[in-house]
Amino acid sequence: MSGVKAERFTFRVNGTEHSLEVDGKTPLLDVLRNTLGLKGTRFGCGTEQCGACCVLIEGHAVASCNMPLWAVEKKSVTTIEGLGRPEAPHLLQQAFIAEQAAQCGYCTSGMLMTAAALLERSPSPSEAEVKQALDRNLCRCGCYNRIVRAVLRAAVALEVA
Amino acid sequence: MNPAFNLASRAVAGSPLPGSLRVNRRLAQWLKFHVEGYIEVFSGKVEIGQGILTALAQIVAEELDVSLDQVRMMPASTSMSPDEAITSGSLSVQESGTALRHACAEARAIYLNAAAGRLGAPIETLSVDNGRVVSTTGGQTSYWDLVDDDLLDRDATGQVAPKPDSAHRIVGTPIARLDLSDKVFGRPCFIHDLELLRMLHGRVLRPPSADATLLDLDEAKVCALPNVVVVVRDGSFVGVLAESEAGADAALKELAAGATWRQGTSLPDEAAMTTWLMAQEAETSIVDSKVAATPRPVARTMNARYSRPYHAHGSIGPSCALAQVQESGLRVWTHSQGIFSLRRDLALALGLAENQVVVQHVQGAGCYGHNGADDVAFDAARLARAAGGRPVRVQWSRADELAWAPFGPAMVIDVEADLDADGSVVAWRHTIWSNGHTSRPGRGKTPALLGAWHLAKPFERLPAINPSVAGGGGAERNSIPLYTFPAWQIVNHWVMAMPLRVSALRSLGAYANVFAIESFIDELAATVGADPVAFRLRYLNDPRARTVIERAAAKAGWADRKKREGIGRGVGFARYKNAGAYCAVVAEIEADTEIRVRRLVIAVDVGLVINPDGLANQIEGGAIQATSWTLKEAVRFDRTRVTSESWETYPILHCSETPAVEVDIVSRPDCPAAGAGEAAQGPTAAAIANAVFDSLGIRVRELPLTAERIRAAMG
Repeated sequence: MSGVKAERFTFRVNGTEHSLEVDGKTPLLDVLRNTLGLKGTRFGCGTEQCGACCVLIEGHAVASCNMPLWAVEKKSVTTIEGLGRPEAPHLLQQAFIAEQAAQCGYCTSGMLMTAAALLERSPSPSEAEVKQALDRNLCRCGCYNRIVRAVLRAAVALEVA
Repeated sequence: MNPAFNLASRAVAGSPLPGSLRVNRRLAQWLKFHVEGYIEVFSGKVEIGQGILTALAQIVAEELDVSLDQVRMMPASTSMSPDEAITSGSLSVQESGTALRHACAEARAIYLNAAAGRLGAPIETLSVDNGRVVSTTGGQTSYWDLVDDDLLDRDATGQVAPKPDSAHRIVGTPIARLDLSDKVFGRPCFIHDLELLRMLHGRVLRPPSADATLLDLDEAKVCALPNVVVVVRDGSFVGVLAESEAGADAALKELAAGATWRQGTSLPDEAAMTTWLMAQEAETSIVDSKVAATPRPVARTMNARYSRPYHAHGSIGPSCALAQVQESGLRVWTHSQGIFSLRRDLALALGLAENQVVVQHVQGAGCYGHNGADDVAFDAARLARAAGGRPVRVQWSRADELAWAPFGPAMVIDVEADLDADGSVVAWRHTIWSNGHTSRPGRGKTPALLGAWHLAKPFERLPAINPSVAGGGGAERNSIPLYTFPAWQIVNHWVMAMPLRVSALRSLGAYANVFAIESFIDELAATVGADPVAFRLRYLNDPRARTVIERAAAKAGWADRKKREGIGRGVGFARYKNAGAYCAVVAEIEADTEIRVRRLVIAVDVGLVINPDGLANQIEGGAIQATSWTLKEAVRFDRTRVTSESWETYPILHCSETPAVEVDIVSRPDCPAAGAGEAAQGPTAAAIANAVFDSLGIRVRELPLTAERIRAAMG
């Protein structure tokens, strides 16, 4: 295996510890989708320009497409699958459904993860803050307004909760 | 428009049936009842992000009196779906929805008849609720008790009337999208997520320019890489299969490094596309013309030239496909808009009989026209031939998608009007220079598949064509004004030379034609000192047209608007394809160093509304995408290749740049349901350009309305 050095990396995904022997340069997105079978994180550009592959690393929203696996060593990753489940949905997931905040839904995972990071650091964001936070997540179907409404709705629900 | 869906040539003897029932008459092609208590629904139309499966499920649940969770929309496949040609042209509700509405009404009557027999009760005494059939005489049964496939193994008669709108309880309500839950919980629901046993990952090396020829390739180096299975070389088509996706990506890089090409012919100068288009040899046709019964004298003539650049589809998920060579033939998984057309072209390209190919639809990311879906399916199919029976998954890159999928064509439009001494329009002329607007698979004598043009025995790449004017036209779409001008001549110069590959993009020619017509109407209104809304209404008799303009204007506070520094308002209107949805847009913009659209107020009339929230979502999305096209987008190219192959070089609208959008739905349940997906594109562009004029007093006639263009227009 010329030029490919497999090393062991240990990290947590959605609360479960994984220890994989893999080339440290492998993008996190590839490991999530193809090794761990977590398909909810989407491939969009491979160059951190669209946000479709956003996950949380230690609570921060980060594009996973270009993130080498060595960079998540000993860290905690949350993907859309870890955000919430139908039986225990995250407030954001409920709000996205309530606002019908999607058309094709391909950008949805990345939008949700970016929004989740925002609500973690700023539980009552203004509309402008939401738009700013989501500004690196592209949506081609034109659902931005619904998405912003959904995030604000979740923030309100968070306050009540 | 859907030219492959040629009703006349495929019509079966007998009375014409509604929608796609006309060519798929068998009821069993559409519906299958199951004893477990659900109904499988087979539509040939596919989910492309527009929410069609939810709308169709609503129609089915409504007519059969079942609940939505008793309806299962089956994925379209050439092996079992009715052939409804392509999911395009905002026709799915008309074609598939109408067919299902009537098929379900008929199936309900057939099952009620069976229930009447079972219960020994007159049919008039029966009612259905959640599939349970109850007689006022006391007996009860259900669809599920009565399941018998033979019941629907018959042709539709068209003799059973569907429910009147007044009886609707599901149609017309804002049902939540059925597919949304999967998406917010990140379930594997896209074709990108499909993983088959022993699947290989494929990549195709695209040439450095469209018709470059491969001279030399260092295959050995690539074959030696870990987990590479095979390199496929067929002429200038080069691909690689690997055990892992990362392995395929690494191999592709090596392939690129080891390939020597001869560059192909040169591209026109991007900055001179208007001149280039007008200088080409073209097939000229008169789209429509009329002369005034009593011509009035012409006091003055005005004219203006408008243009749009090439646009990319820019779906957030690059195209993806899977293919496998099986004993029975080839099996393909695709997010194509036209599974039957793709099957036909794959068979043609690979030398197979159509019945040896099964094409199955799996949802992709948002689709706005003929993107890379069909091309990547060919890539997967061609590579699958070298995979020894293992399934192959090919994922296009962002650069592949932005540079190699077909573009919406660049266009030039001249508009000219004669005015009489009172400032009334007495004649109107509209002249278009454009490539054809479709080069979809399934229609030409050679396959319309990118990879097939690069094979050792290459197939000829045919020029894009225009769908018939009767069916909505391509470049000509919406070029005939809806205004009551006494005379006009509409001319289309169909340019055959196609330096950049073009095909259908959302609304086809309507986007630029409406931009031109509605900009020019504003120019005329300004010339005669008329209010843009009043000026339009002066030339409109159609009450539905007038209503959307009046409603949008009222909601936007048009009459009370005050001139404010740096703020502009503009209006735009069209009836999509002159036969579909009516849409009027009032845009409010802020003009500073660049144009910022603050608010879009839209009134829309699609006739019968199946799902008001789905409709609003489509209109909002269309308007926001059109705002992106209008303010920011242009495919960039140098003299050899497309250079806008990333989101940095092909920027689209971001969240913070998005206008507020308000949609006012004009409900007309008595009018047939029309599609909504493309109605807002042209009116939005024109409303923005007109608002720029309102604000700055300058007319920018070349899209996009970038800061540079504004500065240039200001002189």
